Amino acid sequence: MNGLWDWDAAWAVLPELLLAFVQVTLIVTVLSTAIAAVLGLFIAILRMSVPKPIAAVITFIGDFIRMTPIVVQLLFAYWTFLTIEPLTIGIVVFGIHYSTYMAEVYRAGIDSVPTGQWEATTALSMSKRRAWTAVIVPQALRATVPALGNYAISMFKDTPFLLTIGVVEMVRAGLTFGGNNFRYMEAITLAGVIFLLASYPTSLLISRLEKRLAYNY
Amino acid sequence: MESNFEALAEAWPRILDGLWITLQLTLGGALLAMVIAVVLGLGSRLHNIVLRGLCRAIMEFFRGTSLVVQLFFFFFVLPQLGLALPAMVCGILGLGLNYGAYAAEVVRGSINSVPTGQWEATTALSMSKSQQMIRVIFPQAWALMIPSLTNYLIHMLKGTAIVSFITLADLTYHTEQLREQTDTFFAYGVSLVIYFVIAYILTLIMNALEVRAKHRLGRGESLREALTPKTPETAAAEGGRKA
Amino acid sequence: MPTTTDPHAAAGDGTAAAVPAIRFENVEKRFGDNVVLKDLNFEVAKGDRVTLIGPSGSGKTTILRLVMTLESLSEGYIYIDGEPLTHELRDGKRVARSEKAQKQIRKRIGMVFQQFNLFPNMTVLENIIEAPVHVLGQSKAEATKRAMELLESVGLPGKANAHPLQLSGGQQQRVAIARALAMDPDILLLDEVTSALDPEIVGEVLGILRHIAETTDITMLIVTHEMQFARDVSNRVMMFDGGRVVEEATPDVMFTNPQHERTQAFLHAVLGSGDGHIGTH
Repeated sequence: MNGLWDWDAAWAVLPELLLAFVQVTLIVTVLSTAIAAVLGLFIAILRMSVPKPIAAVITFIGDFIRMTPIVVQLLFAYWTFLTIEPLTIGIVVFGIHYSTYMAEVYRAGIDSVPTGQWEATTALSMSKRRAWTAVIVPQALRATVPALGNYAISMFKDTPFLLTIGVVEMVRAGLTFGGNNFRYMEAITLAGVIFLLASYPTSLLISRLEKRLAYNY
Repeated sequence: MESNFEALAEAWPRILDGLWITLQLTLGGALLAMVIAVVLGLGSRLHNIVLRGLCRAIMEFFRGTSLVVQLFFFFFVLPQLGLALPAMVCGILGLGLNYGAYAAEVVRGSINSVPTGQWEATTALSMSKSQQMIRVIFPQAWALMIPSLTNYLIHMLKGTAIVSFITLADLTYHTEQLREQTDTFFAYGVSLVIYFVIAYILTLIMNALEVRAKHRLGRGESLREALTPKTPETAAAEGGRKA
Repeated sequence: MPTTTDPHAAAGDGTAAAVPAIRFENVEKRFGDNVVLKDLNFEVAKGDRVTLIGPSGSGKTTILRLVMTLESLSEGYIYIDGEPLTHELRDGKRVARSEKAQKQIRKRIGMVFQQFNLFPNMTVLENIIEAPVHVLGQSKAEATKRAMELLESVGLPGKANAHPLQLSGGQQQRVAIARALAMDPDILLLDEVTSALDPEIVGEVLGILRHIAETTDITMLIVTHEMQFARDVSNRVMMFDGGRVVEEATPDVMFTNPQHERTQAFLHAVLGSGDGHIGTH
């Protein structure tokens, strides 16, 4: 039972971890990022198009979601919608939680589009709707791509929170294996290594992307 | 409705105990994180390539491996290596190392963005390396880093909600217990509101620190001025002065 | 060799004058492939006020930055009071001097920057006493007393507790001058000290520098576009172009009768007058 590292245990747990990685961790990351990207943009634009008091309410709800733990939100949704599968709940809660971050990113992106661009759409008598979709949003999005990437990585590393609602993601799979075999070392370490191997190169890619997209004015 | 509040009143002392655990983790983790952030942040600017590389590697390692994995490593794996730490220590270590690594990048970036002229002036005045950092550069970088540090502090508070898995009965744990006596909506509503209030207070404190730090650099009003409620006339007068 | 001089003592006592305050020997400075200074040799005698003029990019500012050790020397040697600054020739080899040795020399050199570079996290007074207290080891009371005198002499007696960013550009630059003087430097480097200022307040800053030049014997190396100031303050003017000294003369000769065609063209462009002269005021 002793010894620092047991290769047999490592080989035994690795397939389980990888399976959980593909079936849960990756799927949640991809789908939740998609939800956060779309919902966040919707919130950002909504907030700019409604009267001020309503915008303030939307902002408050966003702050509330952003400043409270995703773990409690997961548990809340899990016990409220008992008939829905935990994995689905996880995807939606992660998506909503991070959409509040993305809304802030979009807002900053929209603010960073120079006033001259707005003035040009007026000078060309473009409709408000056309101005948003053809001029402002495309420019705002360009600056937000790296931020979306960084939040995707952040979400990826947050996926172990799903174990609180019984979703068997990587860490849960590792803990189960560890409990059954009285060895946590290999399972937990490997889970960490997989996180590192997946997130580090991605974050390097994003920071390169960030440099390429920056300062285009 | 009646029974919800009765259950809450009955559970309140335990919820306060849980809140205390959550606060200990958040503040303990924040202190450790700040120490680590300064050490790694300064270390990653060293000329010595070995030390610099080491600091960067530690930063990337703790940022890349996920908070939960680190917490569980300290709690489940270390005992197997003969080092059984109390759960609270594991919690503070995990939170402090993880967010310390993130904050180190903030410290490094803020120090790098202090204008070169400031560094040159310290050379022209023959200041030593430690003097230039402690007396000139860091105080200016500090004002720049507070907003990002605030974000990580809130992240850390939110991250503490996982610690019932390493046997700590925190706020989340006790509101889970409360749920068994009340409506789901009520129990989690209470939990979320308490977390929100703590997060809000922490944000206010950090904002006050930022106002103070900026005022020391001669930018913006002093903390006392910022906290004094303004009558419309004084606000208008100030607006006029700025214009 | 004296390492500090009493600023109020008469300039040029015979023994000290023999060793130049600053000597450049075969100095070369490259930034990557770009050679900014090439095989540069010149001396500045103690108590001299030397103004460097020339088109931008000619390497004038780089010379000041080399003396202040803000840039590293690519080739050659700089001597301060006869002592090698950053590199020395030892056993026929060019070796870098220790940081400690460089620091000892650096203490005798002060610099005023184009962008002032006051520390915004300190008050005006704290800016001035910081280095005297923590570098030279003066007592706080002593440094404060001197700082107040200096503030008085730069015309800002009431501003000791102000924050630098609350001051105007001209006031900030006057504080920066006081801060440099508080170190009692033997050599003062002035790097385009009026370039960031509004035209109407250039005069007040130059007036203070003129006064310092008249009342002390600090060696000054000046980079400026203010030709009238160069003429009033300096006893030597060096014209730079392409990293070399193309002409060197007293201000009277340089501004009334420049020999080199590059100097003539430059002065013509800067002064904007037909004959390239500046009138006496």
